[in-house]
Amino acid sequence: MREILYRHALREAFDEELARDENVVIIGEEVAEYNGAYKVTEGLWDKWGDKRIVDTPISEAGFIGMGIGASMLGIRPVMELMFWSFHSVAFDQLVNNAANVRYMSGGKCNCPIVVRGPANGGTNVGATHSHTPEGLFASFPGLKVISPATPADAKGLMKSAIRDNDPVYVMENTLLYGMSGPVPDPADGDFTIPLGVADIKREGTDVTLVAHGRSTLLALAAAEILQEEHGISAEVVDLRSIRPLDQDTIIKSVMKTNRAVMVDESKPFCGVSAQIITLIQEYAFDYLDAPIKRVTTLDAPAIYAPAIENEQLPTPARIVEKVLSITPVKS
Amino acid sequence: MNKTPKSPDYSGYDINKKLTPEDKIEIYRTLTRMRRFEQGTQKPYSQGKMGGFLHLYIGQESVATGTISLCGENDHVITAYRCHAHALACGMTMNECMAELFGKYSGSSKGKGGSMHLFAPDKNFWGGHGIVGGQTPLGLGLAYGLKYKGLKGCCLCYLGDGTVNQGAFHESLNIAELHSIPVIYIIENNGYSMGTSQSRSSAYKDSLAQRADGYGMAWDVVNGEDIYEVRAKTQVAIDRAHNESKPTILEITTYRYFGHSVADANHKKYRTPEEITEYKKLHDPVNLWKTRMIEEAILTEESAKEIDKQAKKEVDNSVAFAEAAEDPPLSSIFDDVYWEVDNDTESGNTGRHFFND
Repeated sequence: MREILYRHALREAFDEELARDENVVIIGEEVAEYNGAYKVTEGLWDKWGDKRIVDTPISEAGFIGMGIGASMLGIRPVMELMFWSFHSVAFDQLVNNAANVRYMSGGKCNCPIVVRGPANGGTNVGATHSHTPEGLFASFPGLKVISPATPADAKGLMKSAIRDNDPVYVMENTLLYGMSGPVPDPADGDFTIPLGVADIKREGTDVTLVAHGRSTLLALAAAEILQEEHGISAEVVDLRSIRPLDQDTIIKSVMKTNRAVMVDESKPFCGVSAQIITLIQEYAFDYLDAPIKRVTTLDAPAIYAPAIENEQLPTPARIVEKVLSITPVKS
Repeated sequence: MNKTPKSPDYSGYDINKKLTPEDKIEIYRTLTRMRRFEQGTQKPYSQGKMGGFLHLYIGQESVATGTISLCGENDHVITAYRCHAHALACGMTMNECMAELFGKYSGSSKGKGGSMHLFAPDKNFWGGHGIVGGQTPLGLGLAYGLKYKGLKGCCLCYLGDGTVNQGAFHESLNIAELHSIPVIYIIENNGYSMGTSQSRSSAYKDSLAQRADGYGMAWDVVNGEDIYEVRAKTQVAIDRAHNESKPTILEITTYRYFGHSVADANHKKYRTPEEITEYKKLHDPVNLWKTRMIEEAILTEESAKEIDKQAKKEVDNSVAFAEAAEDPPLSSIFDDVYWEVDNDTESGNTGRHFFND
């Protein structure tokens, strides 16, 4: 299969959906003439022009609210936040309006929007630009949140998100934009991945690692070390979708391995990992041979210092350490 | 309270000359229905039959009536939480509106919205929004959507005088002018942002609408007690939106007789009782229109009284309807959260959407 970059997989998703549905419009800061702050929308303005690819002023509340209003009339805006960290200046629109308008209107209004952009630490941009709000937004009923880890997932999930009739918030990652991976060729047919379906990225028998986004890659690296150095077979469940959540896949995996470690770049307090652990203890309590552990971002605002920022985020070493604390070594 | 200089006569403007006697009677009927509806909510509210807040529109009726009387097929309306009158003017029935205030299943939002969140998208009415300024980007978006679809229309986006100090409003103004979006921001200036008078809440030179100058946007100030003026000046903005796809700010001066909400205990402390009495006596928009119509021999005291009687009866019936209506079933809490779930689609049936223990 051909390999393409994560950012190009996203761009391909936009290009195909722009062609499929005339109501799809890309809106955001620097998405058009500048070709995207992270080059995710590169070339789309040249191809689709001013109507379909719209540059906005630096006014997140203004343009996201605009997209929500337009979506109520049937337009399908795909709006880029240059960083998801900027959600805070558009919070009223993202939550009070997008999440609630269908409910408060008794189902009379719909809000088929996508809000997307990178949500990650690890790039030495300090605490204001390093938020990972997937757990925060997943806590609002009415919203859907996804976090793809690979180019194929990015494309397939983005296309589903654009077609979905509810607001979908897509958490990407600047550290993944430049990574490549296999993505089916468009010539082989329409490629989508449904929301709410996790993916077992590596099968294993001794412990389940539950992750999403870039943490999935860290979990895979840890699984490799666990196998090579400790003879432990780790299964890696990539959530892909935070809400809706594929609870069945998580629970089945834990019932098989009897141990679980969460790997989550969110902060620990009420993060995604906290919710998953609640579900595991409720639905797989009798199958657990050890307490559930987790590896999250260390609980402080994101530090700038390039020498140590990566240590604040989940690392394969910390994952290995947590797994070893609950799993008997076989070799 | 804003002092508005005596207006010239706007009755001879084209848009007003087009009004038939029936149209003018209909305007009176709309004014009266709004007034009676709001009055009719007070008793059940004080009896505890409604929850939450109740923001009454009494005193401001000419604004929604005059502006919405100009709306055509592709003209849309969105407002903040003082929204009952706008909903009625757009065509929501009193029964749906009253039942929503009572939190009943037959209410306009099935009891999910309440007084501040009325919706009738099929009648181009998009709410009913509770957060000050939160509706201003949505109104921009509705107008953007109309333009995107190539429809000749506009969005009338209403806000209070306190809202002009919200950031989202200014972001919307900039985008509206920059992208030539046919939205008309209508500041219903009743002089008070809750308990704070205009002079204590806003820095301005001559008017609030004048802030449009900073964005190179057209604006006007309108004497809200005169429906002929409201219609004449709003039509200019609608023509600008329809023909040039350009936005406008209209500041329509008006007055509310009651507090910010019925729960506003201080509304006779931050203004004098004389101020309220004077407005009622000299500037009441319902009375002024009635007097004008009697002068024009469109109405008589008797016919006006009959219209008022009908409106009161309609309100009484809506209260009876709402009282007798069913509460929403507990299971309806989970309806209308996700479109895909409600419509039983593959997406709605994939993965867990709700997380109740």
